[in-house]
Amino acid sequence: MTSSSFPEPKRDEMKRRDFLKTTATVGGGLLISAYIPQWNKTNAATSRGLATLVDATHPFAPNAFVRIGTDDSITVIANHSEMGQGVYTSLPMLLAEDLECDWSKVRVEGAPVDAAYNHSVFGIQMTGGSTTTTSEYDRFRKMGAMARLMLISAAAQSWKVDPQTCQAEKGFVIHAASGKRASFGNLAELASKQTPPTTIPLKDPKEFTLIGKPVHRLDTPSKTNGAAQFGLDVYIPGMLTAVVARAPVFGGKVVSFDADKAKAVPGVVKVLQVPSGVAVIATGFWPAKLGREKLDITWDPGPGKDLSSVGMREEFAKTSRTPGLVARKVGDPAAAMAGAAKKVTAEYEVPYLSHSMMEPLNTVVDLHQDRCEIWTGTQFQTGDRAAAAKVAGLKPDQVQIHTTLLGGGFGRRANPASDFVSEAVEVARVAKVPVKVVWTREDDIRGGWYRPMWYDHFEAGLDAQGNPIAWTHTIVGQSIMTGTMFESFGVKNGVDSASVEGAADILYGIPNVQVDLHSPRNAVPVQWWRSVGHSHTGFSVETFLDEVAHAGAQDPYELRRTLLAGQPRMLAVLDHAAKKANWGGPLPAGHARGIAGHFSFDSYVAQVAEISIEKDGTLHVHKIVAAVDCGRVVNPDTVKAQIEGGIIFGLTAALKTEITLENGRVQQSNFHNYPMLRMFESPEIEVYIVESTEKPTGVGEPGVPPVAPAVANAVLALTGKPVRRLPIKAEDLRTA
Amino acid sequence: MISFTVNGKLVSVEDPPSTPLLWVLRDSLKLTGTKYGCGMALCGACTVHLDGEAVRSCVAPVSRAEGKKITTIEGISPDLTHPLQQAWIEIEVPQCGYCQSGQIMSAAVLLRENPKPTDEDIDEAMSGNICRCGTYPRIRRAIHRAAEIQAQRSAK
Repeated sequence: MTSSSFPEPKRDEMKRRDFLKTTATVGGGLLISAYIPQWNKTNAATSRGLATLVDATHPFAPNAFVRIGTDDSITVIANHSEMGQGVYTSLPMLLAEDLECDWSKVRVEGAPVDAAYNHSVFGIQMTGGSTTTTSEYDRFRKMGAMARLMLISAAAQSWKVDPQTCQAEKGFVIHAASGKRASFGNLAELASKQTPPTTIPLKDPKEFTLIGKPVHRLDTPSKTNGAAQFGLDVYIPGMLTAVVARAPVFGGKVVSFDADKAKAVPGVVKVLQVPSGVAVIATGFWPAKLGREKLDITWDPGPGKDLSSVGMREEFAKTSRTPGLVARKVGDPAAAMAGAAKKVTAEYEVPYLSHSMMEPLNTVVDLHQDRCEIWTGTQFQTGDRAAAAKVAGLKPDQVQIHTTLLGGGFGRRANPASDFVSEAVEVARVAKVPVKVVWTREDDIRGGWYRPMWYDHFEAGLDAQGNPIAWTHTIVGQSIMTGTMFESFGVKNGVDSASVEGAADILYGIPNVQVDLHSPRNAVPVQWWRSVGHSHTGFSVETFLDEVAHAGAQDPYELRRTLLAGQPRMLAVLDHAAKKANWGGPLPAGHARGIAGHFSFDSYVAQVAEISIEKDGTLHVHKIVAAVDCGRVVNPDTVKAQIEGGIIFGLTAALKTEITLENGRVQQSNFHNYPMLRMFESPEIEVYIVESTEKPTGVGEPGVPPVAPAVANAVLALTGKPVRRLPIKAEDLRTA
Repeated sequence: MISFTVNGKLVSVEDPPSTPLLWVLRDSLKLTGTKYGCGMALCGACTVHLDGEAVRSCVAPVSRAEGKKITTIEGISPDLTHPLQQAWIEIEVPQCGYCQSGQIMSAAVLLRENPKPTDEDIDEAMSGNICRCGTYPRIRRAIHRAAEIQAQRSAK
């Protein structure tokens, strides 16, 4: 995909650090007219099957984000994808707060693709970076307030009273002096004829009735009776199902194939070559899969054929001991190191990881000469639409995407190359029928776009009191953003900010710091994976800090407290987690605690892990206590759920999973050799929200980074031996 | 032709007998609440009841269903009133929700066999179901809660 196919995000706007400032600016200067979707006016052909914003029973849609029906229904149009993080409830909560509607009348609908729904900071329609609440907090409230003002204006007009004397409350406009009241539904028609307000004041947070209160998720009932519709559940008339045989080595190509046996499988309709491999198209998934097993394909394995994890690890390790591009330098680390009373050196490594969402990738495509309709669970609508248009030979506005619920995303469904969407359009193009392309679990685990493998080399210099005065950290791992549309803002002077996040911006008050980066290239496609760079820097930085604490004979919690003297919010979550976990208090024999904190996606999280280890090396994680400061909270129960989920996700990486390659081939294939954490291994989890009135910040990802180091630090406390690679293996911990 | 009952309704399908029940339910009968996750009975997303017993429909050939009664997530209650559905909603278990059909179907058999399960019982009954979103602590709480709801109802 070329970056010219859709507007490139504005460099300055996308710097995460500038988020709050930018969001405020964007939110403050809203152009109301920009919030009417273009598809509604010009794109009738491609919006077939989509509910248009306005119809006879839903006459009032003051902007692209809300529609009010004569039956009093409030439909909120969500421009961020629901993948479990609760945005199909928190976005409606924001809008409803300033609309003053009856919450029981609120429904939610996924947005079509349209510039009106672009991310308020990234400038494209997408969900990621734990930014939904941060980026939409002001906009959704304003969209609700705008509707409220127009409803009030309608009521005032019909009652011939001053709008200032009317107020909205629980779905009614009320004129207290005369006792008149009218429901939003009754006012909808007249409200649609009102002039949109030019200034939109927002409520005082003291008057919030929804924001900050635990609200039941709108999507939960449908997720307990099978009604929730994911991409895989979409069936359209005349649709066939396809599976694709892809190259066994990344970058490989089809040389030739024999489809005779595949075509003989009952139900197989067509076998066709596509750029990514060979597609078997059948009446359903099962015959398609059986047909694929009968294919005889000769592959040109391509440049990745000799890749092996063992070899790459050796290469990365060597590289980590050499100077790289400087991502950050503070003070004079070399001089401070030379004068240190004590030195500590350690290296850490983490493997490639697959996202392994429970719903394997899939896309339904209905391609016509002049339009293309797509159903898929995506986090990346604008990119996917551009990619689909390119494959189909159409203009982007001739392509419409229906975003279904996502059966997990974790970053995989925001593919910078739109791999699963473009491939499905390729299949539809040659199949000449509507198709659903389905990935098997094996396709998913072997399909690349992994969290990169990383190797980190650290050195620290301690003063006579055991405090670190010099800290150097060299990171080796593939760049995620290089070669994507995000390169221009994310990669500066060769340094990918996603590779060094959580390392170059450590909050600890160490006077001399240097962080270097090497970004080797190879054929393995890599991608953002829940918490991105923080998924490795959280582990390496926080685990090394404990090694420093032990070398300096300091309590790891107390050392962190000393180093966080200038960071009150991080210090507060650290103290909170330590207190709730009874840090330093008695434990059952054979148990130990570890602590870690990490700042990511502008949120502060600290966790304390309690573990024990059996003689055969089996590690038990008994309990995780977490404290989070994510600014102002919209739905507290959702915040807790996200931190809980992040902890399980991070524990799976800490204890279970690795993707390895040999002769260019991925050695894992399904949950027997890429195992997920299960119920019996799931620890007790306590999550505490540290209250804040600061701007809301991320919660989808920040729960992940601290858990692996908290567990690793507990292992160090218990055994005296540091953990330096993930996943932690029983063979590394065995004592008998 | 293979005939069996799904959620109280008699159906006949023409899929080859070796076709996994999962794909018959989904592709032929359009009962999409039952999910595909792994195809190897490793994740439990496809769990249904066959004559009341929990089976992984991704590896159960449809021939096994001949003349039997199948219950899927769509059939466990007409109106969200099953104690597990009530507890799931009360405790806000689902995140992405994809695995939850299978979780509830596994838990339903546990609760029927063992009206007051311990944490260990839950570990044993539920460890075949993977949740990538990490809702395990809430599933545990919700099963205990459903056991209470069930007990209250039978006491009435």
